[in-house]
Amino acid sequence: MVQKAILGKKIGMTQVFTAEGQLIPVTVIEAGPCVVVQKKTTETDGYEAIQVGFGAIKHKHLTKAMGGHFKKAAVEAKKYVREFRLDDTASYEVGLELKADLFAAGEWIDVTGVTRGKGFAGSIKRHGNSRGPSTHGSHYHRGPGSMGSVDPSRVFRGRPLPGRMGGEQVTVQKLQIIRVDAERNLLLVRGAVPGASGGIVTVKNTVKAVKGAK
Amino acid sequence: MDIISQIEAEQSKKDLPQIAPGDTVRVHVKVVEGTRERTQIFEGVIIKRQGGGLRETFTVRRISYGIGVERTFPLHSPKIERLEIMRHGVVRRAKLYYLRKLTGKAARIKEKRY
Repeated sequence: MVQKAILGKKIGMTQVFTAEGQLIPVTVIEAGPCVVVQKKTTETDGYEAIQVGFGAIKHKHLTKAMGGHFKKAAVEAKKYVREFRLDDTASYEVGLELKADLFAAGEWIDVTGVTRGKGFAGSIKRHGNSRGPSTHGSHYHRGPGSMGSVDPSRVFRGRPLPGRMGGEQVTVQKLQIIRVDAERNLLLVRGAVPGASGGIVTVKNTVKAVKGAK
Repeated sequence: MDIISQIEAEQSKKDLPQIAPGDTVRVHVKVVEGTRERTQIFEGVIIKRQGGGLRETFTVRRISYGIGVERTFPLHSPKIERLEIMRHGVVRRAKLYYLRKLTGKAARIKEKRY
């Protein structure tokens, strides 16, 4: 399913005009330069994957274990290391550099990131419950509502209740690449992408069906 | 300069005329009809400017066949071919919403004299 993938940093959102004058909201992702740190194979690891590093790191912040790992691959040390299980890893070799020009404008992608933490959120914000009346003598404003039937003498699992919200991994599927800036390693993606600006995101070609593609 | 402002700076128009609320302008807008492209002129009074940078828009109000028509344009839109200033008006407000209630003689705006 996944033919290509890259790590990147979410820069933020802005908007761009198309040649026809249409205004498109875009998220700017600084994708790469990434480097292949390790290649996992069926013989040695039991599965096929590539391990990719991204982002600069100072030598003093590197653990000895990670330092040795990068030294073995003879690549520059990177801050983030992620693994991608691609369909075909044959064309990848340790030390290969991946850049934003891996993708082209018009392609459809899935973007994965960690959403911004919202803390302990009520059920209105967290689950989209509707609220109680503000006035007319109502003293029930933003509560979670009924816990369900009395008969089972317990609350069923999965009942929407307040709790920790955000800070979880989310994938947004089928976003379109509007523009690729190979010089600055930028991807301009239509719409929003999970996570705060400066957060790390992974960009993969979409698993969704694309019209007109095989 | 950070990347976002770089991208915005690349797209913004540098040769924009000085426009302000109260000014009468002619906006030359590119219109696509099927495959043909032509320029349409929308003339009226600027009643507001809103937003900043690349996101800035302005609203032009005109009376067309007795009906008030307002059109909002992104200031940096490539659809705007040309922005012609017909006259500068004297106004004391940034948003001229009061013009909506006025018609005829009352809706006139004094021209700025230098």
